Amino acid sequence: MSQSAVDVPPKGGFSFDLCKRNDMLTQKGLKAPSFLKTGTTIVGLIFKDGVILGADTRATEGPIVADKNCEKIHYMAPNIYCCGAGTAADTEAVTDMVSSQLRLHRYQTSRDSRIITALTLLKKHLFSYQGHVSAALVLGGVDITGPHLHTIYPHGSTDTLPFATMGSGSLAAMSVFEAKYKEGLTRDEGIKLVAEAICSGIFNDLGSGSNVDICVITKGNNEYLRNYMEPNPRTYVSSKGYSFTKKTEVLLTKITPLLERVEITEVGEAMEE
Amino acid sequence: MSIFEYNGSAVVAMVGKNCFAIASDRRLGVQLQTIATDFQRISKIHDHLFIGLSGLATDVQTLYQRLVFRHKLYQLREERDMKPETFASLVSAILYEKRFGPYLCQPVIAGLGDDNKPFICTMDSIGAKELAKDFVVSGTASESLYGACEAMFKPDMEAEELFETISQALLSSVDRDCLSGWGGHVYVVTPDEIKEKILKGRMD
Repeated sequence: MSQSAVDVPPKGGFSFDLCKRNDMLTQKGLKAPSFLKTGTTIVGLIFKDGVILGADTRATEGPIVADKNCEKIHYMAPNIYCCGAGTAADTEAVTDMVSSQLRLHRYQTSRDSRIITALTLLKKHLFSYQGHVSAALVLGGVDITGPHLHTIYPHGSTDTLPFATMGSGSLAAMSVFEAKYKEGLTRDEGIKLVAEAICSGIFNDLGSGSNVDICVITKGNNEYLRNYMEPNPRTYVSSKGYSFTKKTEVLLTKITPLLERVEITEVGEAMEE
Repeated sequence: MSIFEYNGSAVVAMVGKNCFAIASDRRLGVQLQTIATDFQRISKIHDHLFIGLSGLATDVQTLYQRLVFRHKLYQLREERDMKPETFASLVSAILYEKRFGPYLCQPVIAGLGDDNKPFICTMDSIGAKELAKDFVVSGTASESLYGACEAMFKPDMEAEELFETISQALLSSVDRDCLSGWGGHVYVVTPDEIKEKILKGRMD
């Protein structure tokens, strides 16, 4: 019996069966689709008590803003978070996958996850796909050995740094860090600096925009400040709203009443011995 | 020409107060020739969950059949319907599995979750989920749809007003797109009923 006739849930990994067909369509002159990218400014820095990660919230599809408030700071472990830039599906899939692997590892070892574990799992996966899984990540957290911050490139190389930026807005954000970073920042100074770096990405880079998300990780505690700053609110909303003078012409209406959910309260009789 | 412009499509979903609406155009074309004016892009997965698929029509139909299969298996195993958030994760996983040779369609998922809270989301062709609190769009008319929905959307609309808003947004956007149109197909779903309406639009 042919395996392809049955849609058996596969054991995992990628399936390449539509590649030949898609190549044929591309040769016939039909352009391949563009994927959702997170243009992005993502940053991280190490401060006195831990790590602060920051990200903007714009997702683009070509030149169009597809999502004005997406989440780019992904959860990996209670003490590890990861910001992702590049193809949105790749960053989400890769961080979800490594997050699950870390949890299984925590169950096996009965210990908190270390950042270096997450780093190695991510770089092995990305290198094995030779950069085709287009995910550029800033990984940060605090474990038993202290605070750590790493950057991971789509081809699998990594850097360990006291402050890092990635994405299309990385140059704008790095200029802020290079000017104002110093060791031993307090929590408030660190948050202010990260917010400033992300804002410079939001205002100067076209691929980044909307709001600022911040995540502060310290020993034994993490704080995810979603939409910490909203420097681009929508101010042109008219309070009256839209009123339509001409109603839409309807050709056909079909109403399907949904069945009421029946609650079964009678308990079945016990089996006789 | 892009692969998404081969057949032409427009799908939009909007959130209202304890209800949602999902709408699509009805044209099926082969590049510039129209071959059907009653193509079904929105399909029901269960009473409170709808999926609209835009893009290459053959992949729309194949993907829909695979998803119905997976949902039926789930119903047999779990003896209940799938929640919209779970279904969105399922669709995302099925699309990402084909990361390097993807299905050439973009789904729009709309459903009523627990406590009749409406849920909408869209994805690109490789499964990057985009959850929104107000509206989601997809298809060749997506750029016009973004503009129309941004202008016309109001939060917490009741079913009647939501129907009017989504219909006006859809029709005005497809009027500016050659590849989609020939009327509209709108589903407005509240906890008590599903209202399916076919709209009269420009036939060009």
